[in-house]
Amino acid sequence: MINLIRSLGRWGLSAFERLGRGHIFLMHMLAGIPGLFLRFSLVVQQLFSVGVLSLLIILISGLFVGMVLGLQGYNTLVDFGAEESLGVLVSLSLVRELGPVVSALLFAGRAGSALTAEIGLMKSTEQLSGMEMMAVDPIRRIIAPRFLAGLISMPILAAIFSAVGIIGAFLVGHGLLGVDDGAFWSQMQAKTDFYDDIMNGVIKSVVFGFVVTWIALFEGYDATPTSEGVGRATTRTVVHSAFAILGLDFVLTALMFGDE
Amino acid sequence: MPLIKIRDLHFYRGNRAIFEGVNIDIQRGKVTAIMGPSGTGKTTLLKLIGGQLRPDKGTIEVDGQDVHKLSRSELYELRKRMGMLFQSGALLTDINVYDNVAFPLREHTDLPETLIRDLVLMKLQAVGLRNARNLHPSELSGGMARRVALARAMALEPMMIMYDEPFTGQDPISMGTLVNLIHRINDAMGLSSIVVSHDVSETAEIADYIYLLSGGKVIEQGSPVQLKRSGSQWVQQFMQGLPDGPVPFHYAGPEFADDLLKPEEYA
Ligand SMILES: Nc1ncnc2c1ncn2[C@@H]1O[C@H](COP(=O)(O)OP(=O)(O)OP(=O)(O)O)[C@@H](O)[C@H]1O
Ligand SMILES: [Mg+2]
Repeated sequence: MINLIRSLGRWGLSAFERLGRGHIFLMHMLAGIPGLFLRFSLVVQQLFSVGVLSLLIILISGLFVGMVLGLQGYNTLVDFGAEESLGVLVSLSLVRELGPVVSALLFAGRAGSALTAEIGLMKSTEQLSGMEMMAVDPIRRIIAPRFLAGLISMPILAAIFSAVGIIGAFLVGHGLLGVDDGAFWSQMQAKTDFYDDIMNGVIKSVVFGFVVTWIALFEGYDATPTSEGVGRATTRTVVHSAFAILGLDFVLTALMFGDE
Repeated sequence: MPLIKIRDLHFYRGNRAIFEGVNIDIQRGKVTAIMGPSGTGKTTLLKLIGGQLRPDKGTIEVDGQDVHKLSRSELYELRKRMGMLFQSGALLTDINVYDNVAFPLREHTDLPETLIRDLVLMKLQAVGLRNARNLHPSELSGGMARRVALARAMALEPMMIMYDEPFTGQDPISMGTLVNLIHRINDAMGLSSIVVSHDVSETAEIADYIYLLSGGKVIEQGSPVQLKRSGSQWVQQFMQGLPDGPVPFHYAGPEFADDLLKPEEYA
């Protein structure tokens, strides 16, 4: 029993310690961001590997999620004779919820895990140490550009996800099920609000991008410098990111739409 | 005044003492060798000098500055004047040999690319790898990687270079060249060198002064000639590489026979 309490205590302490290190890491990283505007090419490189390379999975998933939404939405709406509202249903679901959340989950799996593995391997092969000895701060030179790239990419990827999803739903709804295309688009335009819907979705995806990239980079930087350690850190990135995304989504949704 | 002054250095990894009261002076313009059996803490010593690790007690002064009392930016300024050759090379794996050597120049100077190119080719020529400049680190052998790392460490023309095991993985020819090279850059560039190694004969050839470390202490120091004449059995065994003698080959712990006979005690 004493041992249980003791190990629980030790676990708690080390968890708090990690949390503290994570925040110091974040401060250090944020401090490195202003300097990046002088060397924006570093960020552009990372925009490619973090953002562009995630495009394919975002496009394909977005298309299928949209097509499924189209099918399911139509089946429900048609019972009430409201299939013309398919456009609104799909756009609101995507822009408010599915776009930011699903694309963030995919982003964590595709880009987040890659970032953790990359940084973890750089650590275990002493590249970060070597850089420090060359008087180059690895957090500013390596970590900060990746963080900024993640922050920029995430909202754009989420927007692309939603746009492709709407196209998928339109293909199914209009092409397959015969919903009137004029009604589909005009209702969507009339009922989707720029601030309430689109901006709130964008805010969500910025928050998710921030958290996922932070987790991924910190896990890599804090990984035990062995192959096993890097492997475990990569898994932790995906799991912790998923929890963070879903938890934060609930909080943000309650804040944004709770009083309607 | 010596370039590096280490006084009463204590350093622990968990409960294990790595250093217990080490005093070392590294003289300017000389090649100083740090030798000792594997696992005595030679790499650790270099990391302490570079300010990557913090001593538990004692001080390390480099060029009159206490490394562990400097602010972050002062430490970074100091590091620009220290070159370090890692045991593993520590090359950046996402860029090629040329860019690796150019990396510190691009980070710390505003030199135009044409000048950087000249400097990089000069350093690569010195280590015999000018024509390997387009290879990626994954395409290099261990010995080649270490020579690229040497070219990179020289790039900023530092006041000192720390070599962690520069000779391992070198064939006899490149070994000879490397020994020469270390000597030459030490004299020509007027810098100070610290060579960590267990290759006794090569090290004795270039070192002006040798420190022998073991069990967390300096057990002998002196010029190569003095060490070879040392009366200590330990020093004789180490310098001649004899299998039997007082130098422990095993990591400290219970005796092998006890370990076999009482498995429950030493599980
Ligand atoms: N990160 C670490 N955590 C805990 N112990 C470590 C760590 N790094 C090294 N050690 C311990 O410190 C001791 C000294 O290690 P170090 O790498 O300095 O040895 P070394 O003298 O360079 O050996 P070699 O000649 O084999 O390179 C070793 O016994 C090792 O067990
Ligand atoms: Mg070593």
